Amino acid sequence: MYEADLRATAGRNMAGRVGAGANTRLPELYRTMRRIRTFEERVGELFVRGQSAGSMLHLSIGEESAAAGVCANLRDGDSFTTHHRGHGIFLARGADPARMMAEIGGKEAGYCHGKGGSMHIADMGLGHLGANAIVGGGIPAVVGAGLSARHHKTGAVSVAFFGDGATGQGILYESMNMAALWHLPCVFVCINNQYGMGTNIAQATANPNLHERAAAFGLAAETVDGLDVEAVAEAAERLVEGARAGKPAFLAVSCYRFYGHARKDKSPYRDPVEEEAGRRQDPVAFARAALIDRGLESESELDRLDTEIGAEMDATIDFTVAQTEPPLASMFRDVYAPEEPEPEPVRARIDRVLARD
Amino acid sequence: MALQELTYRDALRKALADAMTENPDVVILGEEVGRYGGAYGVTKDLIKEFGAERVIDTPISEPAIVGAAVGAAMTGLRPVAELMYVDFIGMTMDQLANQAAKIRYMFGGQIGVPMVLRTQGGTGRSAGAQHSQSLEAYVMHTPGLRLAMPATVADAYHLLRMALTKPDPVVFIEHKALYTMKESVDLDAEPLTWGKAAVRREGRDLVIVTYSRQLHYCLEAARTMSAQGIEATVIDLRTLNPLDFDTIRAHVERTGRAMVVSEGVMTAGVAAELSARITEECFDFLEDPVVRVTGEDIPISVSTVLETGSVPGPQLIADTALRMLAGRVPA
Repeated sequence: MYEADLRATAGRNMAGRVGAGANTRLPELYRTMRRIRTFEERVGELFVRGQSAGSMLHLSIGEESAAAGVCANLRDGDSFTTHHRGHGIFLARGADPARMMAEIGGKEAGYCHGKGGSMHIADMGLGHLGANAIVGGGIPAVVGAGLSARHHKTGAVSVAFFGDGATGQGILYESMNMAALWHLPCVFVCINNQYGMGTNIAQATANPNLHERAAAFGLAAETVDGLDVEAVAEAAERLVEGARAGKPAFLAVSCYRFYGHARKDKSPYRDPVEEEAGRRQDPVAFARAALIDRGLESESELDRLDTEIGAEMDATIDFTVAQTEPPLASMFRDVYAPEEPEPEPVRARIDRVLARD
Repeated sequence: MALQELTYRDALRKALADAMTENPDVVILGEEVGRYGGAYGVTKDLIKEFGAERVIDTPISEPAIVGAAVGAAMTGLRPVAELMYVDFIGMTMDQLANQAAKIRYMFGGQIGVPMVLRTQGGTGRSAGAQHSQSLEAYVMHTPGLRLAMPATVADAYHLLRMALTKPDPVVFIEHKALYTMKESVDLDAEPLTWGKAAVRREGRDLVIVTYSRQLHYCLEAARTMSAQGIEATVIDLRTLNPLDFDTIRAHVERTGRAMVVSEGVMTAGVAAELSARITEECFDFLEDPVVRVTGEDIPISVSTVLETGSVPGPQLIADTALRMLAGRVPA
């Protein structure tokens, strides 16, 4: 019945859509979202198996359309920062899920050699200037990246991804103001999953029309329903290209965080009825139904794809479990540049101080 | 080559201008750095020379100024962010301590944040509790941040030039009371090594370890002491991170007495750290406790009398040294 509902909705949405035929990006968007969903499920599994580094794992299940829809419009050379719930965004920009999982497991083979983990993952090769565990902390970096792009005339855009929680932080407004003032190629993407940890957006602001704030600073600003990844991709295309041309932008993607804040949070602060309704706003199921409905893919083709992705993501867990921990001495590495002396270990200093001739 | 008469302010300005001429990726951003020329005039007219896209006047948004510098440094610029007063550093602490300082480490060494945060601190202008502090301990307490505090005109130039070649974020704290200080300097002379302290005076009786404006008070005190037969070594640290402890150790071991002088408040401050290190590492050589001569553990007042009284001066430094040496066994 739920599937049938989704198909009916997808069909209705398609009625007026331009370019619904062969040029549609939906199959690729679906694939990206399915990979994110499955990856996040495997992150949950890694935690249950006791193989994750800690429990501060923030899953983006229910929010996949923001990552897939926006990143579909980014190019090589573009950069971005994410919040602490950013696995999906990084995957959508081309991350290797095995190295991601290894980082989440705190292993040497991870993107940051086990020093960053889920909340501080980054990869300069893919333009990922870093996930951030400080709410709003990664936002102003895109203003700096925008200044660099302007200075070096690269044509690159820089995108800050953050949650609705970050709309409570002043740094967002400082950054949007600068981007607008200097016409920088910056896009601010607010993934509004309705919750900053356990606090619903309605308890955090009197005006939940978040794009209005950005518009007030002079940015091109829209809100889009995250249920429909194509709608997200279309809005993002407009805004990203506008930003590339010097009109910075803000996009709020409305969605629902299907599960708790982090792995140990069972969201007792949420009404089960609300959760059930929220989880029905499922962008992955919605896209799947639309693909079938529009005859772009058959159910069995999609089943096959889902199985393939399942196997790909299963392998990330096997890979992670097999990897080694970082060597203890590596903890003194990378505090400063490689050519600089490493900090003296406390044990070495104690030995020196207490050495007696 | 040629000696020239420069102020501390001129030297800083020249360092910025020379760096900008040499490296087109050097940009300045901060409040009033462009048209106004900097609250203390350090960036005067740089906007005329280098344009508004390299000398960027910002809104009053300290966290985003530092945050934008972080992003710029990660993507190929060489930003110099200016914080008008070090007292505003609390506003920026997330971007400075959680972002700039930790990015290289958190990301497993993939990238550094080669930026300079220029600011100024200290007493001397009756600027009150929120514009007169010495907050270098906040910076020194954060691994990943380099910290330079020039005391002389030559160092103002050379340390800033060197800071702009460093691979890691450098917090560069000038002293507001030194901007008009003049010295004859030869800027073409070989600069001292980054991270190496300068021994500004050598004496057999005790070591005074200091930095920034207090250097001048220590030298004045040393002259007074010399007239009374006591000879002090005065070490100017120049950078607090990296910290040149080897120079401190060598002189403490030779003289057996150490005093640490800092304008910052005493408790958990730079002087506390230096004192602890000297005590730990030179314990067998010490004749006396390591004495901290520091700012009082109180806010700074706007009253000139209270302001001056709350930080060390030449008199307190000399008196303390003379008391330390009063009971010495003649060599």
